[in-house]
Amino acid sequence: MAGEFGNPEVIEEEVDILLIGGGMGACGTAYELGPWLDAAKKEGVDIKVKLVDKAAMDRSGAVAQGLSAINTYIGSEQDPADYARMVSNDLMGITRDDLAYDLGRHVDESVHLFEEWGLPIWKTDENGERHDGSKGMTPLKDGGKPVRSGKWQIMINGESYKWIVAEAAKKALGMDNIQERIFIVKLVNDKNDSNRVAGAVGFSVRENEVYVYKFKACLLVAGGCVNIFRPRSVGEGQGRAWYPVWNAGSTYAMAAEAGAELTLMENRFVPTRFKDGYGPVGAWFLLFKSKATNAFGEVYMDRNKEMLNDYPPYGQAAVPASCLRNHLMLKEMKEGRGPIWMDTVTALANLRETLSPREVKHLEAEAWEDFLDMCIGQCGIWAGENIEPEKKNSELMPTEPYLLGSHSGCCGIWVSGPEDVGAPTEETESGVPEHLPSGWNWGYRGMTTVKGLFTAADGVGASGHKFSSGSHAEGRMCAKSMIKFVMDNQDYTPELAESVDDLVAEIYQPVKNFMEHKDYSTAIDVNPNYITPRMLQFRLQKVMDEYVAGVATYYTTNANMLEVAEGKLNDLKEDSLKMRAKDLHELLRAWENYHRILTAEAHMKHIQFRQESRYPGFYYRADKNFVDEENWHCFVNSIYDKSSKTWTCFKRAHVDLVDKSKLFK
Amino acid sequence: MPTFVRTEKCDGCKGQDKTACMYICPHDLMKLDMDGSLTGHAMKSYNQEPDQCWECYSCIKICPQQAIEARPYADIVPLGASVQPLRGTDSIMWTIKFRNGTMKRFKFPIRTTPEGSIDPYGGKPEADISKITEPGFFVQVNGYRAGDPSELIRK
Repeated sequence: MAGEFGNPEVIEEEVDILLIGGGMGACGTAYELGPWLDAAKKEGVDIKVKLVDKAAMDRSGAVAQGLSAINTYIGSEQDPADYARMVSNDLMGITRDDLAYDLGRHVDESVHLFEEWGLPIWKTDENGERHDGSKGMTPLKDGGKPVRSGKWQIMINGESYKWIVAEAAKKALGMDNIQERIFIVKLVNDKNDSNRVAGAVGFSVRENEVYVYKFKACLLVAGGCVNIFRPRSVGEGQGRAWYPVWNAGSTYAMAAEAGAELTLMENRFVPTRFKDGYGPVGAWFLLFKSKATNAFGEVYMDRNKEMLNDYPPYGQAAVPASCLRNHLMLKEMKEGRGPIWMDTVTALANLRETLSPREVKHLEAEAWEDFLDMCIGQCGIWAGENIEPEKKNSELMPTEPYLLGSHSGCCGIWVSGPEDVGAPTEETESGVPEHLPSGWNWGYRGMTTVKGLFTAADGVGASGHKFSSGSHAEGRMCAKSMIKFVMDNQDYTPELAESVDDLVAEIYQPVKNFMEHKDYSTAIDVNPNYITPRMLQFRLQKVMDEYVAGVATYYTTNANMLEVAEGKLNDLKEDSLKMRAKDLHELLRAWENYHRILTAEAHMKHIQFRQESRYPGFYYRADKNFVDEENWHCFVNSIYDKSSKTWTCFKRAHVDLVDKSKLFK
Repeated sequence: MPTFVRTEKCDGCKGQDKTACMYICPHDLMKLDMDGSLTGHAMKSYNQEPDQCWECYSCIKICPQQAIEARPYADIVPLGASVQPLRGTDSIMWTIKFRNGTMKRFKFPIRTTPEGSIDPYGGKPEADISKITEPGFFVQVNGYRAGDPSELIRK
């Protein structure tokens, strides 16, 4: 029987591999593990696996709501090197080609499985007409032609995308090895090796239970980070974030506390989306050929195209980097030529000229499905504002900043890459702490710089543009390397560096804060002895918005503002120990917000360290408002020391493994 | 567009082994008010933190009583619109009502195989432990893109 609210039952369990998270990455790992577990068993190694998810796998992670496209499908006509080049240019030249290339060669394998499992993938017939994926046409693996909405994207009927992928993962791993509604909040290092992870602790959000796991290897795939910046919608609408609101930076924060090296945490993504609902624009730009204009109907990408020349070579590729497209739009907004419009009326009128009435009706359905599959709230806004896209244009708006590694962002954790693509084996920048690896691979694909700690999807930094399919494929790669790691470390017995009693006390501190002080005042939320997780989040968002280049300053900061932010974040980190939890739901929020603070701090420290503005349109250092290829064409990496609670940032050299000049020919 | 629960329709999933909306919500928002002390409505669920709702519609789609709906964000959207799905096993039907009364209905496929029918390893080979450090997965389904070796300029 479960414990009481102030006195949880403690459940200890030892496994070989723990998977933390249940999104696309974890589902990929869960699927790929099965046959390798059998193969290991034949070698006499019996490996026990457990997956824990803070939500329910059918609808957890960034794909919970569904998707209208798979954004990474290479196809037989493109080379993984083309993909690595695209990723690099979109992220202003600083990505790990080894990781992107490796993902590019593997990703379609996962897409073909999704189709086999039942995901409807649109097809183009021999006459070039588009069909929903339910029509029994030739599957992709047998040469079926997808509907390309862009060079890398294919259209799907993806309402049940996650449901389908989760079904395969759950069956593969077995529900006996999966526990939902367990929120892991902290990794525990090994007692005898501070650079090794031996355990993880968390709690049930349903019962008064604390879970303590010991393991040989662990996959940390708990998504990116949302809501560290004050969102544009601050009332009831604040939950309508672009990326899922439950992505709390847990991946980055827990890895950092365990000693893992982070990379490019200065990177962020500021998507330009339909205003207020954050509905997707990709299909509008790519499939419906719509243009975005200023208030006067001028296409800002044309009007301001000279600005792209300020950032060679990244502005000069056929598709300029995402941040630069924002940069050109922000000029219109700042100079008072807003609002920015997506000209849906003209786009649909143009398409109607060449289509039959049946095709026009289908086109209208496609436009609505684009939202209904992945951003239903945007339909609510269109319906509430009486917007029919063929009759009325819609506003676009750049969002508040997001931190992630799987979409058009590349912050995350520094991991070991493939060994067969020519990656560097030595580091040429000085200043990298001695205990860290010097090359780009150290034995196990997807392993962080902490022994036994693996990550994928939003967790892996310096690569980006994996999206749903690539996250799944990256999770699958980790399955193999974790099996190998466990087989190579059979004699290892994990011992936790901290006592179970201390860990339980730490996790339940917000409950204790509440129980001890709740009767001090008559209003439950106003009490000088504690802070609610909600107010703590507001404080974090205010600091980040006003000093670390949020929407309040048009994404602009400088060294002085960052210094102020540093002090305020430090106070906030201290006060996080005084968060209260009046129930298990609030305990969940308390720990999510602790993870947000650490992630935000990493972001701030990296922006402070990088003496340039690498991502114009995503953020500007007004005091260093240029891209400095000579000194800063490099990775900025960092480690966190949890005892002193301080960050150390350093450079790592960037090396091209594929020829980038091909982008500009 | 936070979700809300229709008082007259919600039965607290009495006949189920768990409350569907509580089970599925990715953000732990739905809560069953067992004794009515929180909402005045005993054995009915509610959204305990509407301003954290991502409007992913997971609860709306799964509710066996169709008791859950969404109301566009009061701080943003003019009143009167609704977007409501009915999710079946192979397709989903949407009814969109505009503020001005315009109605739109759409039906989209959601999967091509029966729910629960996935056989993850059926017809798939065993993993070859000798290949565990090589690129590729235990199974290949015509999706591995080996790439042109000459593209790797440092190799």
